[in-house]
Amino acid sequence: MSETVLEQIDQVIKGNDIVLFMKGTPDFPQCGFSQRVGSIVSSYGVPFAAVNVLLSEEIRQGIKDYSDWPTIPQLYIKGEFIGGCDIVSEMQENGELAELLAPLKKEA
Amino acid sequence: MTPTPEEIAVMVRQGLPDAVVDVRLYSGDDHFEMEVVSAAFAGKSRIAQHKMVYAALGDHMREAIHALALKTSVPKE
Repeated sequence: MSETVLEQIDQVIKGNDIVLFMKGTPDFPQCGFSQRVGSIVSSYGVPFAAVNVLLSEEIRQGIKDYSDWPTIPQLYIKGEFIGGCDIVSEMQENGELAELLAPLKKEA
Repeated sequence: MTPTPEEIAVMVRQGLPDAVVDVRLYSGDDHFEMEVVSAAFAGKSRIAQHKMVYAALGDHMREAIHALALKTSVPKE
């Protein structure tokens, strides 16, 4: 895995408060799990950067190496890997996600 | 070839001997829902807990892991 891909991924993650690596785009998700996380994050009304991993096999594999996590989607908040679909759903249900995203609403 | 829920449960218990595993199919034959309760998760982040389950499942489970909705927890005292 070339250093530059991991560096690019790192820059995107550090350069945005919220980043969602997904299959497809928020408006045209190409996978149920990506669609679910996209709609969960959108429901909080905070802007987020979405990276369509289907556009680049290097990014699609690179993000899995970056986080040592085997699947897509992957959500990052303030540079920290939050989880995939099941963890994000669980955090939405128990209110943890609202706590994480609330401060970002005021800043936006 | 998609593993059966029981095969997944066996794999998890091999990696986490004390684990209580409840796994079932949902929507078709290749999406799974699984809850794993193990004392080994104590003090670990949710991500670390899930990684332990993925490690137990091993590489050849890669396809199954993609369609796996996983919930992990520590045994209630």
